[in-house]
Amino acid sequence: MQQTSTSAPVTARQSLLPSGEKRARLRRWRSFKDKMSKYGIAFAGISVVAAFATIFIYLFSEVGPIFSSASIEPEQSYQINSDKPLYTNLERYSEVGLNVSASGELQFFDAMTGAAGEKVQLALPADTTISAFARGEPRSGLLALGLSNGQALVIKHEYNLSYPNDKRKVVPVVTYPLGESPLDLNPGQALQSLAVQEGSAGTALVAFSADGKLSYHVFEAQTEFMTGETTLVRTDYPLPDAPKNVSRILLDTTLHNLFIAEGNEKIHYYDVTDPAQARYVEAVNAVAAGQQVTAVEFLVGAVSLIVGGSDGSLSQWFLVRDEHNNFHLKHIRDFEKHPAAIRQIEPEYSRKGFLALDTSGHLGIHYGTSARTLSLEPLAEGMNFERIAISPINTALLAFAADGKVQRFALENAHPDVSWKAMWNEVWYEGRGEKDYIWQASSGSDEFEAKMSLVPLALGTLKAAVFAMLFATPLAIMSALYTAYFMTPKLRGKVKPTIEIMAALPTVILGFLAGLWLAPFVEKYLSAVFAILLLLPLMMLLTAYLWRFFPRSWRERFGLGWEVVILIPMIIGFIWLCVSLSPAVDQLFFNGSLRQWFTDNGITYDQRNALVVGIAMGFAVIPNIFSIAEDAVFNVPRHLTQGSLALGATPWQTMIGVVLPTASPGIFAAVMVGFGRAVGETMIVLMATGNSPVVNFNLFEGMRTLSANIAVELPETAVGSTHFRVLFLAALVLFVFTFIFNTLAEVIRQRLRQRFSNL
Amino acid sequence: MRAWFKTGTPWIWLNAGAIALCLVMVIGVLGLIAVQGGSHFWPADLQRVEAVQADGSKKTLLAEHVRTEQVSAITLKDSGVALPDNAESYARHLLKLGNRDVYGRDFAWFLDHDLSGWEKPANAIVIERREWGNFYGFPQQLLQQDKVIAEGEALWPALQEAMARANALHDDITDIEKGDIGKINKALEALRLGKRTMELQGASAAEISQYAQQAAEEQAALDAQYAQLQQKLEELYTEAKRDSLKVVTAEGKELTISLSNIVHAHMPNQMSLLDKSVHYVVSIWNFLSDDPREANTEGGIFPAIFGTITMVILMSIIVTPFGVLAAIYLREYAKQGTMLKIIRISVYNLAGVPSIVYGVFGLGFFVYIMGGNIDALFYPEKLPAPTFGTPGLFWASLTLALLTLPVVIVSTEEGLSRIPSTIRMGSLALGATKSETLWKVVVPLATPAMMTGLILSIARAAGEVAPLMLVGVVKLAPTLPVDGTFPFVHLDQKIMHLGFHVYDVGFQSPNVEASRPLLYATALVLVLLIVVLNMAAIHLRNKLREKYRSESD
Repeated sequence: MQQTSTSAPVTARQSLLPSGEKRARLRRWRSFKDKMSKYGIAFAGISVVAAFATIFIYLFSEVGPIFSSASIEPEQSYQINSDKPLYTNLERYSEVGLNVSASGELQFFDAMTGAAGEKVQLALPADTTISAFARGEPRSGLLALGLSNGQALVIKHEYNLSYPNDKRKVVPVVTYPLGESPLDLNPGQALQSLAVQEGSAGTALVAFSADGKLSYHVFEAQTEFMTGETTLVRTDYPLPDAPKNVSRILLDTTLHNLFIAEGNEKIHYYDVTDPAQARYVEAVNAVAAGQQVTAVEFLVGAVSLIVGGSDGSLSQWFLVRDEHNNFHLKHIRDFEKHPAAIRQIEPEYSRKGFLALDTSGHLGIHYGTSARTLSLEPLAEGMNFERIAISPINTALLAFAADGKVQRFALENAHPDVSWKAMWNEVWYEGRGEKDYIWQASSGSDEFEAKMSLVPLALGTLKAAVFAMLFATPLAIMSALYTAYFMTPKLRGKVKPTIEIMAALPTVILGFLAGLWLAPFVEKYLSAVFAILLLLPLMMLLTAYLWRFFPRSWRERFGLGWEVVILIPMIIGFIWLCVSLSPAVDQLFFNGSLRQWFTDNGITYDQRNALVVGIAMGFAVIPNIFSIAEDAVFNVPRHLTQGSLALGATPWQTMIGVVLPTASPGIFAAVMVGFGRAVGETMIVLMATGNSPVVNFNLFEGMRTLSANIAVELPETAVGSTHFRVLFLAALVLFVFTFIFNTLAEVIRQRLRQRFSNL
Repeated sequence: MRAWFKTGTPWIWLNAGAIALCLVMVIGVLGLIAVQGGSHFWPADLQRVEAVQADGSKKTLLAEHVRTEQVSAITLKDSGVALPDNAESYARHLLKLGNRDVYGRDFAWFLDHDLSGWEKPANAIVIERREWGNFYGFPQQLLQQDKVIAEGEALWPALQEAMARANALHDDITDIEKGDIGKINKALEALRLGKRTMELQGASAAEISQYAQQAAEEQAALDAQYAQLQQKLEELYTEAKRDSLKVVTAEGKELTISLSNIVHAHMPNQMSLLDKSVHYVVSIWNFLSDDPREANTEGGIFPAIFGTITMVILMSIIVTPFGVLAAIYLREYAKQGTMLKIIRISVYNLAGVPSIVYGVFGLGFFVYIMGGNIDALFYPEKLPAPTFGTPGLFWASLTLALLTLPVVIVSTEEGLSRIPSTIRMGSLALGATKSETLWKVVVPLATPAMMTGLILSIARAAGEVAPLMLVGVVKLAPTLPVDGTFPFVHLDQKIMHLGFHVYDVGFQSPNVEASRPLLYATALVLVLLIVVLNMAAIHLRNKLREKYRSESD
């Protein structure tokens, strides 16, 4: 334009064109617009790409913390006024600590500064010392002191919260659930060891005294119906077969099982379900021969025992039911070994983890279910701590030295309960007879052991996808071959949109039909369904055979390319025939019902099963495979096929010998895309299966897939919890898996396209 | 025979069979939904029949015949049915008995030989109620405050009139309850939030107390309004309860149904074909335009349709510019190379990533992170009650936009790549800048491709349920996301969705048999919506292809 205007100077003065200045402005404006458009589009394009990248990064960032280890950071250190601690405790908000000293003094203190708070001196009878100490389930705050005169005192400490002026105030309270005066357990004989526990049957104490006697005492609160007064009813039972020496007694919260550590390598197990007929069951060697059990503690829920030995070993034990319905104490798993004898085991309050302190001052943070050791380090250089106390929400830790020095630590240990190993291997869960793959992630109670094995879900996903692919692959590929190569173009123009509509059907509709229509239908006409799946190809061949005998004029009219039109009514007729004959077949061969016959022969049959999912999800996957495979076959260069036909090959020979080998990478890519789709499908499996996370490949049982599991559980989980993150992990696995599959398929297709264009 | 196999013809037939089977399945599925969903609205005749009960006594039933099936003897025996003879299988009928308040259940199976004396009494009536489902019986008298005002011949016309009046009253009541009282509640809430805002902004005690005083006055005014409305409501309620209908069930039990409880009544056995057709159309209209009742198992699906459409429109508004611009960037501006190839493949593959993954991302990133921050910044006065920090319309649309972005990008890119380079060159040769060529030549030509992409993405979004379960769809939303109060479109509200409605009613509802026809009808609406959208996309695309084929020739 510029060229024209400058090369015509004669007309320039009278030109209708705007003046040079105006044009320059216009040019600037246009170039400005051009730049704006360029940067605007680039911005939008890059932000879309960034948004997609965010998905990937965000999923990773949510999953990452699961695999991080615990951290312990030292905070304040201070001196409290106390001698050697018997028992120490830290309250939920880490504001108030408690130290129970050997002289029977309960000293509460400010856990930030060490400033002394309330102090309770227990009224012990004159001339007695505390000879034994016991602690109940940590959350109950129940403690028992055994005295040298054979008496015991039971106390309970709690923390009351109030919010005066919107500020939290923690007030410690000490109560005496069994009365303020000590109870006579074995008068005159010093109590050497003691256990206390609260159960539904009352409060129970188990004592071992200096005379070698073992006794069991239950205190049941009974409320007078008329007056409302409560009285304590006490019952004593002597226990048989007391070991010679006792270092530790543990009673579980059902008050049924009693465990006694002897001070050597043995732990004895007593069945005290009925205390009057208490029974010694067995002794196990809980640590290596020649070593001693130096610490034993229950994990939360009082099912698992953690045993620490003088060699620093740590192992988990619990009762396992054998085939005769008898319980035995079984070794479940070991944890990373400490360098010195275990001094104290401190269980966490709300999950199956524990801290272990050894005599060399190392602190280990371990977790039961996942068998993880998250940290094992010396707590502080040159310090030897006697005891530790952990806050009930696992955020802070106090370590007590013998001289009254206290070191406070900040604790971060958010997700110890899963490990890569525990998610993909068999795990022995509490109360189970053997190791197993189980997915059962949540329950209302703190004592519940979350079972997060991804194996049942991954297998369920695979099961659903495999059955769907078994159904879809042959149908889709054969359809694609026929549509691309044999079908008349006129029909093809109708068939392709129909298949596209099939692809567009919402999966929620397919799932709903599968669950509410297909599942009952399959259950009722099971024999017909099998007959259709197996005999339909034969019927098609038969139709083809009979077609030969039709008059030539007909055959030429509807000849090649129109087979579909003839087959559709035949298929409908055949299906109708199978369904209507099904009751008679059942009657003849299967006593009236094939489904019942399966049950009688020991095959589990769920109404919503893998067969139904296979058909429904196969239906959803067929169009995906079809359209890609059809594309690949259709784009095989014509000169190849024409050459083959010209050399005298039949159409079918051309198909098998020329078209199929050329298009096979494309068909393979189609199958991969279909598989990726089947793996991630949610609604169909959610609606057409029972969603039970079983581990098997039975065609007549359901499954739970990764995607359905996310849909069911994610709305209910607490944000940031381990369960939440594990579900994100499931999503990430799905994402990465399908992404890789689709990328491979896409690369294959692009190569194929290249090859076609080179041919 | 062998030679025949050698020609390969049977294998070709087998392949043909595969595609034939696929076609049968597609047509079968569509047909099943259409027949089951469409037939629900046809007024079925009521049958009076004598049923032999377990103890041998006879009972008269008035019921709708739902379906008949053959059951094998063994299945019946297993379920504890006493069989009279040793036949191999028996016919049994599913009857819809209605009258849930009388019988406790509204569907029951009866063996064929237990039923006798089928007839269609002319004066049988179907009453659709707001509670307890349908009533089947015979009308006796129309009562006005316990006084009989019509019976016999005069009953039906009088009933029609009374029903029209009762329904009008019901509409008034709903208007007041949902509209006016809702407004008052909103105003009260705004007063409370106003105070909280002042506190958060650190206003002085004097200012706050001044505001509190003002608020107290306004509140008193609102309370007075509320009391007035309450009184009006009570009057309307008494008015609505004025009339009632005395009916008798088939076995002779008398009942009185308040007209305020009746949605609709008809006498199917007296209706002519024309009447039935009219009734059919009216029922469909009611289904599409009414709110659901009885835990979504009865009534209409209007909020679900509305929610789906609102969400999809919002999604289109987000996805169109970004999708189109991203495609233009990838095709026209970005430096072509390996990196771009990788990005392009990745973007294409995102279309194949399971939708639930997008849901998880939406919930974690959009709802919890973005929503949480929006709440902290803009709605601190409402905390800890979340505004955007909870699943809602906006997040659902945004998640679906992300989900369908690849669809739009792929389609637009395809459209751009189909435009012959000669056109582009021509424009550039005439001196147009790149952006002028783009916006005035290339993009207009590619519009149909963009439209195709958009329609396909709408179809996908309308049918997607899994991610929505996580980011904003609920089984029952009390109000629509669009209404007359500022800001008119409530992006933070939860919505109902057709697909989720199907899932919820079909799999979470206690009375599946009763809701089954409605489920099919809902499914039909959803399928029709999606099939129509897809047909449009396919049509558009074919037209486009033909156009360029002829132009490039």
